[in-house]
Amino acid sequence: MTNVLVCVKRVPDASSEVVLTADGQSVDGRFAGFTMSTHEECAVELAALVTAAGGGEATALTLGDAEAVEQLRAALAVGCTAATHVVADPQRFGPADVAREIAAVVRDHEAAGRSYDLILLGNDAADSGDFQVGIRLAYELGRPVVNGVTHVSVADGVVTASGAGTDGYETYRVPVPAVVTILEGGVEPRYPTVPGRMKAKKVAIEERTPAGEPTGPNRVKLALPPPVPSNVQILGKGADAAPAVVDVLEELGVLSR
Amino acid sequence: MIVVLVEKGPDGLAVEVSRETVTFARSLSEAGGGVAIDAVVVGEVSDALREQLAAYGVRDVHRLGGEAYDSFAGAAWAAGIESVLAATTTVVVMAAGTPRGNEVLAHVAARRGVEMAANVLTFGGLSPFVVTRQVVGGQALEEMRLGNRPAIFTVAGHAVEAAPAATPGAATLVEHAPDVAAADLIARVVSSEEPEPDLSGDLKSAKVVVGAGRGAGSAEGFADLVELTELVGGSMGVSRVVTSLGWRPHHEQVGQTGSRISPDLYIPCGISGAIQHWAGCSSAKAILAINTDADAPMVTKATYAVIGDLHEVVPAINAEIRRRRGE
Repeated sequence: MTNVLVCVKRVPDASSEVVLTADGQSVDGRFAGFTMSTHEECAVELAALVTAAGGGEATALTLGDAEAVEQLRAALAVGCTAATHVVADPQRFGPADVAREIAAVVRDHEAAGRSYDLILLGNDAADSGDFQVGIRLAYELGRPVVNGVTHVSVADGVVTASGAGTDGYETYRVPVPAVVTILEGGVEPRYPTVPGRMKAKKVAIEERTPAGEPTGPNRVKLALPPPVPSNVQILGKGADAAPAVVDVLEELGVLSR
Repeated sequence: MIVVLVEKGPDGLAVEVSRETVTFARSLSEAGGGVAIDAVVVGEVSDALREQLAAYGVRDVHRLGGEAYDSFAGAAWAAGIESVLAATTTVVVMAAGTPRGNEVLAHVAARRGVEMAANVLTFGGLSPFVVTRQVVGGQALEEMRLGNRPAIFTVAGHAVEAAPAATPGAATLVEHAPDVAAADLIARVVSSEEPEPDLSGDLKSAKVVVGAGRGAGSAEGFADLVELTELVGGSMGVSRVVTSLGWRPHHEQVGQTGSRISPDLYIPCGISGAIQHWAGCSSAKAILAINTDADAPMVTKATYAVIGDLHEVVPAINAEIRRRRGE
């Protein structure tokens, strides 16, 4: 039996143009929409794989506003079987605050008899990019933490975590309970099936209020990078532009061989 | 004093991003009245490395040695940095915004109960100490206060250009063999294998890269692009959507989560230029974009552009190259 907690964050979909809120405190996702960070999609997939292999439950956790329930339902549709929602304005919570809130949930659940052998998070959130929540959480709970891996398995009370690292393909083996942060690229997140979605809708999500008052993210304000003036030289339209293109290729000397 | 965690490459010298970080530290030092810059290095410190760090203005090189440092453990590296902090009066701890840099400094920040800023580009005032860092994959900038000491942050790649100091430092070697707690060695690399043959190696070093995005339309839509790649003697590089859809293998991905390329010429075809992708190709010396949308970010940021469907433009270019070669 391996019980896994996987922490996800509702983030603005940043594949299109980023718009900031009027107060400059956050990205306005109302136009582009919201999603789950890519690293966390892979963490959810790994949670589903680990619990499928060893038995046990995969629980999804988020700290976010009421709408973040969407990301929990998404995780429930692809293999998680329980979910907890700390309902709060995420902009008021810095990485240390989020780590404390996750730790509070873990302690409460464990006091109630639901322990977690493995806690998975994304290596970094697609929006705030703090690169530290998993590590801070590990210190809060006094557990070992492996950072930035793509593969995780659990057997006989040992977590094996691996991925392409600075010194080659690196493998860690740590005893449970442990914290592991995930990078995308090791597993392909599954698409939710229709029965999966139906099942996800029926799961009762535990709602909580924050355990403490946040100290905040130390954010002064957000800004967009200054636009770079365009100096593009249009070579033409459609197939007719081919000679002009090949002129450029010759000028740049990339056709010589 | 400013402490910089310096990472080494396979040649045992400081990697470029670490040299950039020391360069950044010098501008901070100058603004702060010339506080000393010390480096922390894990493992071997060669004379060549010391000379290099001296040229960058480093005063002391703190070497972390002992069994705890035989293989990587984020907490052990942090414990080593803490032992350097204990022996000095340090106001700033910095590292490059690499996987190791971000990980180790997050450990240091968590242990000391202070905040950490990842991927900093510039610093504003010293009092209060304010930095500007990349968020949302570089699409937005965040001004962040670092109120506690030491101020801990990592520096984004290419935030500054690495440059030696006007006045070299002594780079005096200071040995540390800290007593690392067993708890800090639990999460430790137990095996590191030669990386799988790096199929993206050709892509990263290619002089010409032909890029393709969603506009390719399907896995079958790459024939003309592959031909163009061969005609220019280049490599194929694709956007994330192309690998996500399984049209091309992951090692061809260019972008924030793929390879970062710096060819003489990049030819993105049907790639709109989302920042995720731009992060991987912005170092190209010239860009020739082929896109149906004249307002696509890739087109406006390009050196040259052709407005049109890649499935019409690319075959015409291929034919023109073959014609000029008399084929």
